[in-house]
Amino acid sequence: MSEFIIKNGHVFDPVQGIKGDKKDIAIKDGKIVDKVGSSAKVIDAKGKTVMAGALDIHSHVAGPKVNAGRWYRPEDKHFDSHKVPGITRIEGGKSIPTVFKTGYTYARMGFGFVMEAAMPPMYARHVHEEIHDTPIIDEAALPVFGNNWFILEYLKNQEIENAAAYIAWILKQTKGYGIKCVNPGGTEAWAWGLNCLTIHDPVPYFDITPAEIVTGLMKANEYLGLPHSFHVHQNDLGNPGNYTVTMDTLKLAEGIKPRNNFGREQVLHSTHLQFHSYGGDSFANICSKAKEVMDVFNKNKNLTMDTGNVTMDETTTMTADGPFEHHLHALNHLKWFNVDVELETGAGVVPYIYSPNVTVNCIQWAIGLELALYAKDPMRCFITTDHPNAGPFTRYPRVYSWLMSKKIRDAYLNSFKHADKVIDATTLAELDREITLYELAQMTRAGPAKALGLGTDYGGLKPGMTADVAIYNIDPDNFPTSGPEIEKAFANVAWFFKNGTICVENGKVVDMGHKETFWVDVKMPENKQVMHDVREKFLKYYSLNEANYPVPESYAPHQHIIAIDGVQG
Amino acid sequence: MNTVTLTVKKQPELYLELEKVNPDEFAGKTAAEIEKLPVYMGKETDTIGDFFTVAGNAGATAAETKIVINGDCTKMKYIGAKMTDGEVVVNSSCDMYTGSWMKGGKLTVNGDVHSFCGLALKGGEFTVNGNAGNYLGAAYRGDWRGMSGGVLRVKGNAGSDVASFMTGGTLIVEGDVDIHLGTHMEGGTIILKGNANRRVGGQLVKGTIYVFGTINVMMPGYKPVGDVELEVDGTKATFTDYIGDLGERHPKSKGNIVYGHLYMKK
Repeated sequence: MSEFIIKNGHVFDPVQGIKGDKKDIAIKDGKIVDKVGSSAKVIDAKGKTVMAGALDIHSHVAGPKVNAGRWYRPEDKHFDSHKVPGITRIEGGKSIPTVFKTGYTYARMGFGFVMEAAMPPMYARHVHEEIHDTPIIDEAALPVFGNNWFILEYLKNQEIENAAAYIAWILKQTKGYGIKCVNPGGTEAWAWGLNCLTIHDPVPYFDITPAEIVTGLMKANEYLGLPHSFHVHQNDLGNPGNYTVTMDTLKLAEGIKPRNNFGREQVLHSTHLQFHSYGGDSFANICSKAKEVMDVFNKNKNLTMDTGNVTMDETTTMTADGPFEHHLHALNHLKWFNVDVELETGAGVVPYIYSPNVTVNCIQWAIGLELALYAKDPMRCFITTDHPNAGPFTRYPRVYSWLMSKKIRDAYLNSFKHADKVIDATTLAELDREITLYELAQMTRAGPAKALGLGTDYGGLKPGMTADVAIYNIDPDNFPTSGPEIEKAFANVAWFFKNGTICVENGKVVDMGHKETFWVDVKMPENKQVMHDVREKFLKYYSLNEANYPVPESYAPHQHIIAIDGVQG
Repeated sequence: MNTVTLTVKKQPELYLELEKVNPDEFAGKTAAEIEKLPVYMGKETDTIGDFFTVAGNAGATAAETKIVINGDCTKMKYIGAKMTDGEVVVNSSCDMYTGSWMKGGKLTVNGDVHSFCGLALKGGEFTVNGNAGNYLGAAYRGDWRGMSGGVLRVKGNAGSDVASFMTGGTLIVEGDVDIHLGTHMEGGTIILKGNANRRVGGQLVKGTIYVFGTINVMMPGYKPVGDVELEVDGTKATFTDYIGDLGERHPKSKGNIVYGHLYMKK
């Protein structure tokens, strides 16, 4: 393997506390090292910003609902399909890009790892096929558990050990990474035409509440000592007045202690918090409760969150929150896709247009930014767009420009058709904070890496860590002042190293890298009760055979297995 | 106004995509520069000069540019697509996507057009002096935003699924149409001088359809509410007014439910 030395760049590395100092970064055999030999290839990063490769903690980039979005929206591809000269394949799609465009674009923005945030266990093979086809970036997927019949039954009976054993079994079968929970109980209730809108609404038939599901899954997560915490999309997403439900859920984490060998300190990751921070009691008087929600969040050190920033685009919403998608379809009358995944979960897909002329959309835009600006600890608050729900991930550079410059975001805020109403309903105009490059590195690199339990190897530039390095055309001493300049710089890295290989140069993909699929293999003694339940459920209810369920090796040929002992001390 | 004349000198082996043949792309260019503009055939990129002889220079802007195309264009797609101003005259029949996403200007085809022409038309005048295929003035596949402005006139017949998801503008077919006229319409006007096959105005929420001829089978969601005297496209006549499609949701305006109207000439 070749050796590189990146010279004279301004390094931002929260892992070592480096805040823009000029420092050389040496790379050898895919790792960051102290020094390399004199034959190492020199990369001149003078006047540029050097950071570790970024990690996206929550994105929907592979699997059945993403694909449903692709096939039922040919119009999303029509004006956005391009073949650029070089080694890349044709890139298609705007809000639901092809796997190729997904890999290339993330890499061009300096991302090395992306978490597919919702994998229906039954469709894990499909998820892994698409992950395998996505070039350059490492990926992992979180199986969904919040509406799974096994989990609902075990948790109702307070059988945390059985729930944990079942989770370990599913992670192994699906090559999954951790515990995702979407609208706890609500998606199952949707099968009865109902929903769970507070954390105390019982799930029909199962007679268990979302609060019990959340608490149970957090405990099971710590029982197993997984690298990532419990990852929740809360109840009552997108509705005015839902911030109380959000705060109630966040408070469930009080007193629960992290237990793992990965340096992870949180027990609950609350995702796309923007959709969960609404005040008011109707869309006529919806307002921001970002401050209230962030007060609770800032106080509880065992929480992490991501923002779910609205980017004001036409996009395709997709979530395992079936009832929410029906609700959205009833609002905008656009096409609606809905599916029930047997015993496990469900999903919906609806196109949506966020418009600067629609006050509610502008308030959502403002709330996403407020959350990041209210975060006291950037190591616990991560920037996402919940791609593609609040906007395509390709807009991250634009979100950065709003967060890093008050001038740019105020200019956009004041350009809205009903700017006065938006300013009244939110506190964004009062916020002066501008996210620094160091804080950005915390929010997009060191923070998510730590929250995912990958902090030892990713998210930093310390010798010994994996050499994922992004070098941007940004001179910190002469930071660009216009939105388009900032966007251009963050969207097209000068260089991007993945595992020590230059994959992108001057915004152009030059190497497909060696992407890996991360998954967590928990070693557990066989649990006879759970295996009996699995066999019984497959015979009685599943439409497929138990032997057709696991993801074979061939579906994920390049695995990065994190093996843990589930019954550690 | 400057005129650029394109004359077909070679037929493409496959179908040729002429996304660059419109006054906006030609504006400010000389004949030599126009010859170098790309055209696409399958996975290959060629130039306009490979398939056409180009005579005359374009005007400074799209508005000052007129394009005349001579020769057999039946294997040419996207002529006049996305044009915003100026004029295009095609003295031949053309293939798919002719005049689609047009925003302004004048496009005349002295022949037939294939399917998917005038898609999501926003403005301008698009006239077909022959027949049109399916999905005339409709939405792009999967999209819910069809023709929203402009005038689209076909002197001959048109195929099925004409004006799906129409939200504005005027579409006139002087001959007959096949099934599914004005499906999912939410505004705009369709004038059909000839006859229609089945399912006219299915799932229509808003908008107006005038039919001078007959409808083979009427949708069950339409209800006659009386006769009216109207002048439609220069013809004065008595029409029976049907409201519908009653199977759909309908918006309210000032306390009254808004229905679409289907006028059948008596």
